[in-house]
Amino acid sequence: MSDPKPLEGLGTCPLPLRVHRTVQMAHGGGGRAMRDLIERVFRSAFSSGTSVPHDSAIVDLEAGRLAFTTDSFVVSPLFFPGGDIGKLAVFGTVNDLAMAGARPVCLSAGFILEEGFSLERLQQVVDSMREAADEARVSIVTGDTKVVDRGKGDGLYINTAGIGVVADGLEVSPSRVRPGDVVLVSGDIGRHGIAVLSVREGLAFETSIQSDCAPLAGLVARLIEAGVEIHCLRDLTRGGLASALGEIALDGGVGIEVEERAIPVEAPVVAACEILGLDPHYVANEGRLVAFVAPADGQHALEVMRSHPRAAGAARIGQVVSAHRGVVHLRLSFGGERVLDLLSGEQMPRIC
Amino acid sequence: MRYVSEFREPSAARMLAHEIRAACTNSWTIMEVCGGQTHAIVRFGLDSMLPPGITLIHGPGCPVCVTPLETLDKAIVIASREEVIFCSFGDMLRVPGSSLDLQTVKSQGGDVRVVYSPMDALALACKHPDREVVFLAVGFETTAPANAMAAVQAKRRRLDNFSLLVSQVLVPPALEVILSAPASKVQGFLAAGHVCTVTGYEHYRPIAEKYSVPIVVTGFEPVDLLRGILACVRQLESGRAEVENEYKRAVRPAGNPVALRQIEEVFEVADRKWRGIGEIPQSGLVLREKYHDVDAERRFGVEAVATEEPSECMSGEILQGLRKPPECPAFGTRCRPEAPLGATMVSSEGACAAYYRYRRNRGPSESG
Amino acid sequence: MCLGVPGRVTRRFEVNDLPMGKVDFDGATVDVCLAYVPEAGVGSYVIVHAGFAISMLDENEARQVLDDLAEIERLAGADERKGDE
Repeated sequence: MSDPKPLEGLGTCPLPLRVHRTVQMAHGGGGRAMRDLIERVFRSAFSSGTSVPHDSAIVDLEAGRLAFTTDSFVVSPLFFPGGDIGKLAVFGTVNDLAMAGARPVCLSAGFILEEGFSLERLQQVVDSMREAADEARVSIVTGDTKVVDRGKGDGLYINTAGIGVVADGLEVSPSRVRPGDVVLVSGDIGRHGIAVLSVREGLAFETSIQSDCAPLAGLVARLIEAGVEIHCLRDLTRGGLASALGEIALDGGVGIEVEERAIPVEAPVVAACEILGLDPHYVANEGRLVAFVAPADGQHALEVMRSHPRAAGAARIGQVVSAHRGVVHLRLSFGGERVLDLLSGEQMPRIC
Repeated sequence: MRYVSEFREPSAARMLAHEIRAACTNSWTIMEVCGGQTHAIVRFGLDSMLPPGITLIHGPGCPVCVTPLETLDKAIVIASREEVIFCSFGDMLRVPGSSLDLQTVKSQGGDVRVVYSPMDALALACKHPDREVVFLAVGFETTAPANAMAAVQAKRRRLDNFSLLVSQVLVPPALEVILSAPASKVQGFLAAGHVCTVTGYEHYRPIAEKYSVPIVVTGFEPVDLLRGILACVRQLESGRAEVENEYKRAVRPAGNPVALRQIEEVFEVADRKWRGIGEIPQSGLVLREKYHDVDAERRFGVEAVATEEPSECMSGEILQGLRKPPECPAFGTRCRPEAPLGATMVSSEGACAAYYRYRRNRGPSESG
Repeated sequence: MCLGVPGRVTRRFEVNDLPMGKVDFDGATVDVCLAYVPEAGVGSYVIVHAGFAISMLDENEARQVLDDLAEIERLAGADERKGDE
C-alpha cells in the first residue's frame, strides 16, 4: 500500500475541511480556518471588494486635525429590542467622534469570540455592523479576530476604534463650557437601558420600548453647518443623562442646573423605572446627546435639532452656572432642588 | 401612570403644604418609618415644602440598612461557593459585610444575580437542576408573603436545589425600641403604608396609647406623604394620639388575611439582631421546622458565622433618629457612598446617603 | 418597605397551579402572582411588590382623596376671591 497522497488542492492542514456551525479555537489560530472566517464573514461584509488584505489599512483624509477614539462593547444579552452588540459597536464609536465635532471616516473592529459561539449569530452581528456603517457613512477598514476558550467570554466582545476629521478652528470640549451656556438634550431619555433590562433573565417584563441606538454624526454636522456656537457635546451612554452632565460639570469646572419638568421621558420608560425602582436620569441611552451652546444660540440650536429626524424631540433642559462648580442641580417640579450626583457604581433595581 | 401621577401633582402638593403650614402652631418631630418614604421625601424635595417647625426623622424601615452583619457575611460565604447561583434584590448588592460585599464576590467570579422577585430565583432553580440556587430573603412584612410563597412552592414542587437565606424583620418591635429610648425626640409616626397592606394597623393602637404618639398609616406619593404629615400634625396640635389610616386606597384595618395566613404557615417569630441597633426581642421571622429543608443556613452550615461591627459607624443611632449624619465624624470623609462604613450610607434610602447626596453643598444649619 | 406600584390586571392565567396575571403599568407589563388577591379579576387594579399583588387598589378611596383635593382647591380659590373683595 503506497503512502496516501495529499488530495489535490486541499493542502496539508490537519483540520478536516468541513463547514463549522460554531467558533473553534482554530478560527483564531492564524491558519486556514481563520483566513476562511475572515474572508467569508468579515471581509465579505465590510470591504469594497477591491482592496488587498494587508496588516494595516491606508486611508486618504482631507486636511484637518484627526479625532481618534476607541470603545469596547460587552453588552449582554447580545440582541435586544431595537439593536444588537454590532450596531452599538459602530454607532458608539461614530458618536464619540461626532462629540468632538469630527466627521467620522473609518473604523477598525476587533472581535473576541468565545469557543462554541454560533457562527450564524456572528453573521447576524456582522451584517448589522455593515448596515450601521452604511447608515453612519463610515467604512470598517481593518480588524482583528481572537478566540478564547469556552467559558472565558460572554459569547462575543467587540472593540471598535475610529478616526474622524475635525475642521480647522472648531473646538468642542468641556473646557469651552461657560456660565450662561444653554443645555439641550436631543430627545427622550432612558430607552436603551430599559430595552436591555426588559430581556434580561430575572428581570424580564414586556414593553414596547426599543433601544434608541442611533448615529448622531449627521445631527452634529447640521448644527455645525447652521453656525451654532457649540461649546461641548456629550452622547449619553451608561449612567444616563445625570452621568454625562456630571462629568462635564467636573471636567469643565462649572455648575449645571437642569429643570426636571423639561427633561423628556416617555411614559413606558417611566413605568418600567417605577416598577424596578430606577431613576430615569441614570438609565442608559445610545442615541441621544447633550449640547452646551452659547446663550445667544440656544433657541436657534433647538430649532435646528428639532428639524433633524434624530432629534425631533429635542428640548432645552437647563443652563450652566458659576455656583456649585462641579455639581449638577436638579430643580424639582415641586419647587425644591436636589443634587444629581455621579453614581458610585451601576444603578440597581430595588424593592425598597 | 394611572393612580400614581394624580398623587404626584405639584399643585396638589403645594396646597397640602399650605394646609400643614396653616395647621402648625408648634414645633413637631415626626418619624417616617419606611425607607421608601425617605426616598420619596428626598426625591420630591418634600421636606423643603414643610414649615420650619416640622422636623422629619428618617427611621429604621430600611431592611437593607438593618440586615445584620452576620447575614451579609453568611450570604458572602454561600455566594462564593462554586455550585451556588446566589440571587438577591438589587438593594443588597453593595451593602458591606465585615470585609466584602456581594458585588465584590460577583467580580471575583461568584455567580450573583439580581432578581425582581423570589419567583425568579425559583425559576432559575428549575432551569439549573445541577446548581444550588439560594435566595436572600430580606424584608419587612411587605416582602414576607413573597418569600413565604417561594418556600411553599419549592416544597410543593419538590425542588431540592433551592433554599432561602432568611433575614425578615418586623416593624412594631422597632417602633417600641425607638419610643422607649430616653433620648427619643419622636412625637409622631408615619407608619409604612405597604407594610400595613399586609399586616393591617390595629396592632398599633396599644403602642399609640402606651407612648401617647399619633401613628398615621401613610403611602409613598407626595400627596400621600403630605396628607399623612397633615393628619399627624392635626393630632399633635389637638393633643390626640390615635391610629389613623391615610392610605385607604391600599390599606384595610385587618390587612391581607390570605397573605398573613401564608406567613404564619412558613415563618415563626424569633429574636433578631438589627444592624447598628442590636438585638430586638421577637422582631424577626425564621423558617418553621417543617421548612428547615429550604433553610440555606442549615444546608450550607453557616449558622455559626461570627462577625465584628466597625466601631466608627454610628448607623444604629442614626436609624433610631438619635443623631443626624453630619454629626458622625466619618461622614463625608472616611464614609462616603463609594466607600461606605455602614448600611445607612450604602442604601440610597439610608439617611446618610440621602444626606450626602442632597445636602452636601449646603451648610449644616439647613432644616430637616 | 416599600416599592409597591399600582397596575391593572389585563389577563389571568395559571402557572404550576398558581393564579397569575398580566399586569399593565401604563407601558410595561409584568407577570404577577395573584395568589394573595383572590378577588382580583381582569380590569382590577392591584398594588404590586416583588412580583406579587399584595393588595387590591380601592378605586373609590382613590377618588375620595382626589375629590378632597379638588375641594381644598375650590375653597382656596373662594378664599382668594373673598380676599380680593
